[in-house]
Amino acid sequence: MSGDAKPAVVEMSGLSTRIGDRYVHRNLDLRVERGQIVGLVGGSGSGKTTLLRQILGLIQPAAGTVRLFGQDLGGAGAVAQSAMLRRLGMLFQGGALFSALPVFDNIAFPLREIRRLDEDWIRRLVNLKLALVELETAHGRLMPAELSGGMVKRVALARALALEPELLLLDEPTAGLDPDRSRSFVKLLGQLQGELGLTVIMVTHDPETLAGLATHIAVLAEQHIVMFGTAAEVMAGDHPFLAGFRDGDKSRLL
Amino acid sequence: MTAPPSLQVGSGKVVLTGEWTLAALLPELQKLQVQLAANELADMSWDLTAIELLDSAAAVLLWRAWHERWPAELNVSATCRRTLERVAAVPVADGTGKPTLPGPVERIGYFVIGAVDNARGLVTMYGQMLLDLWYLLRHPSEMPWKEIGANIYKAGALALPVTGLVGFLIGVTLSYLSALQLRSVGADLFIVNILGISIIREIGPVLVAVLVAGRSGSAMTAQIGVMRVTEEIDALSAMGVSRSIRVILPKLLALTVVMPLLVLWASGIALIGGMLSALLQLDISLAYFVENLQRAVPVANLVIGLSKGLVFGFIIAWVACHFGLRVKPNTESLSANTTTSVVTAITLVILADAVFAINTRNMGIPQL
Repeated sequence: MSGDAKPAVVEMSGLSTRIGDRYVHRNLDLRVERGQIVGLVGGSGSGKTTLLRQILGLIQPAAGTVRLFGQDLGGAGAVAQSAMLRRLGMLFQGGALFSALPVFDNIAFPLREIRRLDEDWIRRLVNLKLALVELETAHGRLMPAELSGGMVKRVALARALALEPELLLLDEPTAGLDPDRSRSFVKLLGQLQGELGLTVIMVTHDPETLAGLATHIAVLAEQHIVMFGTAAEVMAGDHPFLAGFRDGDKSRLL
Repeated sequence: MTAPPSLQVGSGKVVLTGEWTLAALLPELQKLQVQLAANELADMSWDLTAIELLDSAAAVLLWRAWHERWPAELNVSATCRRTLERVAAVPVADGTGKPTLPGPVERIGYFVIGAVDNARGLVTMYGQMLLDLWYLLRHPSEMPWKEIGANIYKAGALALPVTGLVGFLIGVTLSYLSALQLRSVGADLFIVNILGISIIREIGPVLVAVLVAGRSGSAMTAQIGVMRVTEEIDALSAMGVSRSIRVILPKLLALTVVMPLLVLWASGIALIGGMLSALLQLDISLAYFVENLQRAVPVANLVIGLSKGLVFGFIIAWVACHFGLRVKPNTESLSANTTTSVVTAITLVILADAVFAINTRNMGIPQL
């Protein structure tokens, strides 16, 4: 994987987001290259989730552009847009599982949407994803309402991974998981990243996830990215927000 | 761009090249599946070292082409082998479990059990309401006035325009159609009797009940249902607040109180519509209409109409709250219960209307 000639996976330039009268982002720039695992950190309400929604095209920018895989998402036609969105997977904070469908059909849904795979293939892939997130085949029959919070998260991750995405957007992936699962999640993502050259953008408050996984860190504050660089660079920086993360990290190591 | 996935077969050897990922596979899928389906491939020596990427979707494709066992000879990088091993380890068992369709007997059984269950729920709610009222009688300071007021405003004041409009149009239509018939037999003046009795006694209450069931009944079911989905009802209980006093009772009381007023309003406007139409069609003056209305329609009819409003209002809120509490935390259940709530409410209203008709058959009919 050389990737030299490839355009950035996500490129936001001069991005402004307005919700009502309030600016959430103002003149924000961020460029994520292929293979990077970017931890997006920032205080509560600083617009981290909004930024992910902006990447997905769920919100129209007030100014500036968002380019996915080198293409402008807003300017693309409906067919091109859905083709682009198939190349990414999103894990929503609350899971956003389809409550009327059992777990199996939730994960199979994006695979069936392609309309090219046969049921046997889909079944193997769904069972594979279930095993990947440490769930059993029998769990496929459960309805989302019957799952615990941690299981919802894992099923949602399995669904996000269903289409073998090149770009994975994670909103608080390890919140609500016990430390063991959280660690195996970090391991799993690291492994997938190594095998498939996955690009990941994750919002997280968990210092351990950040330290274990992120190759790069972006700090969102004052309506734009105040700092972006490799994990080591940013952690060495002196932004007040990161002090909490470093302290948290130390207390865990002790 | 990376190379598309491709497969070359030559002298007992299969060589795969390119990017074997789901996205890259799709355009080439048909061709590759035909190539892989050739039976003898499974026994050949496979060279996967030239593959750029291998994801699990492609690994499943290969594993199936190998008839679910490792080929005799396989050259593959360590990462790709791991992916293949993961696919090989996955159980093929069906995780969905085919749902069995119930037979006719079973279906009747489920229907009866469901009906009994609903009836029990409705009776329980009625009993709980009586208990709550008794409790509030002894602790009047806990009366949820604010909630009752809000419900009266939402179900009553905000329903005035639509009930008024529909009432007016029904009045005009009814009067117009009756006038055509009455004129042909020269019984023009009976328009007052026909409109007066039918609107005040029957059409007004039923019309408003149907509108309110669709408007406020569905809203109540949906609101309580979403409160259950989002665990708000549980949060109330956790704070020691009675859900039946704070959520259910205000809706029951408010709709029971406000329905007779809506019936009065809608019937009045329907009569005005009928009067206007009679004036234009039959030349019956407004003054004559009003004067004769008092003689043609005994006041018992108004009492019956308003009592119907009272009962219908209670039925609608009662059914709506019952089905709201039955919502399970998924979208399908929410929509199904909202539909059932409206349908059941309207059915019960019509049923109650029939009971009213039979029990009041000797009341309020003018003797000519």
